[in-house]
Amino acid sequence: MGFLNAAHMQFLFDGLLWTVGLSLIAFAGGGTLGFLVALGSSYGPRWSRLLVSLYVKLIQGTPLLVLLPLVYFGLPSLGLNIAPLAAAGIALSVYVSAYLGEIWRGCLASVPRTQAEAAECLALRWHQRVLHVLLPQAVKIATPPTVGFMVQIVKNTSLASAIGFVELARAGQIINNSTFEPFIIFMIVAALYFALCYPLSVLSRRLERSFHVANR
Amino acid sequence: MKYDFDFSAPLAYWPDLLAGAWTTLALSLSSTFFGFLLGVFCALASTGRSLWLARLATVYIEVIRNTPLLVQVFIVYFGLSSLGLQVGAFTAATVALVVNVGAYTSEIVRAGVESIPKAQLEAAETLGLSRWQTLRHVVLPPAIERVFPALTSQYVLLMLASSICSQISAEELTAVANRVQSDTFRSVETYVLVAGAYLLMSLVMRAVFWLVAMVAFPRLRRLGTPL
Repeated sequence: MGFLNAAHMQFLFDGLLWTVGLSLIAFAGGGTLGFLVALGSSYGPRWSRLLVSLYVKLIQGTPLLVLLPLVYFGLPSLGLNIAPLAAAGIALSVYVSAYLGEIWRGCLASVPRTQAEAAECLALRWHQRVLHVLLPQAVKIATPPTVGFMVQIVKNTSLASAIGFVELARAGQIINNSTFEPFIIFMIVAALYFALCYPLSVLSRRLERSFHVANR
Repeated sequence: MKYDFDFSAPLAYWPDLLAGAWTTLALSLSSTFFGFLLGVFCALASTGRSLWLARLATVYIEVIRNTPLLVQVFIVYFGLSSLGLQVGAFTAATVALVVNVGAYTSEIVRAGVESIPKAQLEAAETLGLSRWQTLRHVVLPPAIERVFPALTSQYVLLMLASSICSQISAEELTAVANRVQSDTFRSVETYVLVAGAYLLMSLVMRAVFWLVAMVAFPRLRRLGTPL
């Protein structure tokens, strides 16, 4: 591995940090939007349920690799110039919101209906019912699949390389362009992704198991 | 700023786009088929008696599920050729997708296999069925029927993920779209068009999988209820 010097490793490490940063942006943006998606499709009026399910079907039926250039090349031609980071952040947030929204909708639906009815009998208002009765229970159910989906987010940030954003995968490509040792470099890149994702996978599984034990 | 949408420019490339869509479907279907076989094999390995096979399957599944498909595609395409194994873009893409979806299939099918009650296996043993017969007639059919909806979603996701192969110059739909938009500078129209095509293909794939389920599972065909 003599062809890799400290500068290369530093470059890969910077890419790793951007991958983490982009993942956090996507999780924050996608989580916020996804929360609205889940609420809109669980507790909203009929038209919002229809609208939200259309949105989810639309996003889940298109590849992220089409959404990314659509935002990156599309917004500038509509007169809005944006940086690759912003484009990647927006596209990933939209993509994540559709999947997280669906996951959370399922979690909200799995809170027993009687809980909502009991809360209504106690004369709680709509926001009180959601905030104090339904959400706390749904959050507990939602934690393991959400952590599991974070793995998908981290992996999907690699596609931001397609619009020229220098994260871990792109950093690997750039180094490969100068050293021509693709096998070793992409193995290192894969190992770095694994180091990010595997703990999340294990955590998700552990949470799931403890949740099952608690509900036995 | 005012922007005039002009779908005629990318639509003029319809033969290319159609060929790209066809390549995407060919890529998805071939990797679905081989990925399913690989996945079932790994699921059986990870639930079987051999500890070594089970460990090997677990390592494979964890490594694949925790690394991005893009990097896997790069390793197969660039990595193998640097090790002296020259493969074309389409072959490399198929291999990478098969290896990738095999791991996900394996996890799904394993869940199905583990959902078979132990009493069924004991009953099969009592009837004097061999291990292969037990697998073939008692374990796999209900296991796969039970997880078939999850498999369908996974393979639709695979079809969408095959867009990643545009990064290694496999001429599928997204790669064609990238070329068309750089030819016409009509990026919004091109990608909207292609997004619509993917949406349509995912609906078609779901319909095809429903038909497959109807043909493959007589119980489902007669009763129409989930197992």
